[in-house]
Amino acid sequence: MNLKELITDKVKEKFGAALEEVSDFRDDLCLTIKNNQIVQLAKFLKEDTELEFVMLKDVTAIDWATRKKRFTAVYHVYSFKLNYTLRIKANIDDDPPAIESVTPVWRSAEWYERETWDMYGIKFINHPDLRRMYMPEGFEHHPLRKDFPVLGIPGSLPLPYKAE
Amino acid sequence: MGLEAKLTQDGFITTTIDSVIAWARKSSVWPMPMGISCCAIEMIAAADPKYDIARFGSEVMRFTPRQCDLMIVAGTVTYKMAQVVRRIYDQMPDPKWVIAMGACTSSGGMYRSYNVVQGIDQFLPVDVYTAGCPPRPENLLNALMTIQEKIGKTKARDYQNRSLKELELSQI
Amino acid sequence: MDRIAQIYNEEKIYKKLLEDKNITIDDALENEMVINMGPQHPATHGVLRLVLRLDGETVTGIVPELGYLHRGYEKMAENMSYIEYIPHTDRLDYTGTMCNNVAYVLAVEKLIGIEAPKRAQYIRMIVAELSRIAAHMVAIGTFAMDVGAVTMVMWTFREREKLQNIFDRLAGARFTTSYTRIGGVASDMDDEAIAMTRKFLEELEPSLVEMDKLLLGNRIFIERLEGIGILPKEDAIALGVTGPNLRASGVDYDVRRAKPYLFYNEIDFKIPTYQQGDALSRYYLRGDEVRESVKILFQCLDKIPQGEVNANEPKKVLPHKTEIYSKMEELIHDFMLINQGINPPVGDTYFSVENPKGELGFYIVSNGTGQPWKLKIHSPSFCNLQAISQLCNGAMVSDVIAIIGSLDPVMGEADK
Repeated sequence: MNLKELITDKVKEKFGAALEEVSDFRDDLCLTIKNNQIVQLAKFLKEDTELEFVMLKDVTAIDWATRKKRFTAVYHVYSFKLNYTLRIKANIDDDPPAIESVTPVWRSAEWYERETWDMYGIKFINHPDLRRMYMPEGFEHHPLRKDFPVLGIPGSLPLPYKAE
Repeated sequence: MGLEAKLTQDGFITTTIDSVIAWARKSSVWPMPMGISCCAIEMIAAADPKYDIARFGSEVMRFTPRQCDLMIVAGTVTYKMAQVVRRIYDQMPDPKWVIAMGACTSSGGMYRSYNVVQGIDQFLPVDVYTAGCPPRPENLLNALMTIQEKIGKTKARDYQNRSLKELELSQI
Repeated sequence: MDRIAQIYNEEKIYKKLLEDKNITIDDALENEMVINMGPQHPATHGVLRLVLRLDGETVTGIVPELGYLHRGYEKMAENMSYIEYIPHTDRLDYTGTMCNNVAYVLAVEKLIGIEAPKRAQYIRMIVAELSRIAAHMVAIGTFAMDVGAVTMVMWTFREREKLQNIFDRLAGARFTTSYTRIGGVASDMDDEAIAMTRKFLEELEPSLVEMDKLLLGNRIFIERLEGIGILPKEDAIALGVTGPNLRASGVDYDVRRAKPYLFYNEIDFKIPTYQQGDALSRYYLRGDEVRESVKILFQCLDKIPQGEVNANEPKKVLPHKTEIYSKMEELIHDFMLINQGINPPVGDTYFSVENPKGELGFYIVSNGTGQPWKLKIHSPSFCNLQAISQLCNGAMVSDVIAIIGSLDPVMGEADK
């Protein structure tokens, strides 16, 4: 059985209608799941004996700016058993954006989700330590949102005084 | 150097205190390697056997600011880092000099973005700017020679006029 | 004068503290101490900041803080064309620059669906392996320097200088090379560069033996590192550690073998692994990887075919400068490529390669215009740093330095 079909069939069987979309662009399989099912899917992918996606490589998000569901959370997971990198997506329509954290399933998500919070302002519910990753504490904006200018907002970051 | 030849002939030289102090000071500049990013690798390269910064009397790289008189800011300074750079600069004893190594430190370079300070001269007095991304080690050595030239022109009383109390306080 | 007055005030506070009879020496010793390490510290490899909680000399808590070198790469990528972004990839992992170039152009090529000619791919393999050696030379040298063997960094940088001469010949820059192009490489590798590479490799082998003699027979070095910072296999996977650090924990995972890109499937090489997962095995593993890279390089130099170095895709690949000046059609293509950029199809791809620090991946979302809608860098140093809290907890404060050195993070990449 084809690897991609195996993964798709197993997830479809388990989650049914919660699986919103399956896409296959340039040989990358991508599953889009309803955002309230993300932790269940994560658990399933990790614990299923045929799949064993034990390693979370990356968490990020996409800001679609004008779309109704503005943000999409993106996860890349890897299975040593299948030697395959799978992409999972979940569209977020809440305002302010929030999604359940996958840190209880994959420990490595802790920093990735902190980074995503810092850059996009997506709140990860049940995250153990949701602080900013890169920007200083007290910074008010989220730089990777499309409405944040690339040159920054003047005065939002302080400089030390210059000696006379 | 020519100095020894002169001494064997006459046994003495005539000079001013200022130039002796300046000569001693400029030949033993102790850099504070403020290695932040890519330029730090070229800064280490300048200290390696091929380029050998020891020829200019500056091989004593000290990581504590209290022992240094030249800060080489090597790498992109972000707003978060700027506070640290300034704080380290404040801890260095007078007299002190600063080299802005590379395009990022001099002007922000290719990083025209929200978190990069567009030139460290916004919060530090810079003596020499070095071009390049990163500058080759030769270029850093050239900057060091320029600093030496600058130090060679200083007068001892530039620092003597300030009272000891004030000098000590400025170092805290 | 305000400042001076303020300092006097502070001095008064210190004096008051010293005179306070309620604080005794015993209290001071019994209490836990919080110390700040970095961002300016010789052993934190750039601008990593660690806040350590110490009980005596044992670390009881550690909070890493990143972001002192956050340059906004991902934001800048959204505002420039695919070709413009190549120089920025140099400065991600600035110890092994060519690897990043190769990773980025391969990711873009996957997105737009073209392939570079065979000779270009072999050249990319050669430069990637050369910069793997360069990066490991920095890693080994600075690691040894951190734990006290300063000679090593002189020796490894001596080797690096030879490598940088090769890069200078190839790309015209010592290490921020920007050598690869989408669909090929900037310039062909001439015979002299190949001869220089061969000469370098032949000279490298005796000096590797020399370096081994210096450190591996050195009892201080070995006893300092053995059994320090043990990362078990399961934790390494759970924490998402990649690259040499993962393999030193006994996981046989290398992207070059798991998902071969370029022509790594035609090359015979081993993936060194160690089972102990301590700082010493991470050091050994880097040495072994350098030897494997030498093996790969010799095979590449033997196998490199003749031919073009840029793909024949005029709408996607920049033409050569001399052709732009002499031919009308190339001039038009160049104009279109520079002004509108490559317009890849709508979609998103993830592509990763094995970098000296681990798996470097680019996740690119395209909306069909000349600029990426989103570009996410999956940087290995960031993943590796996440293990630092677990490794340092319960270690001695002096071991923290050895652990950072053995993880070998590069902050340019970790902070993006």
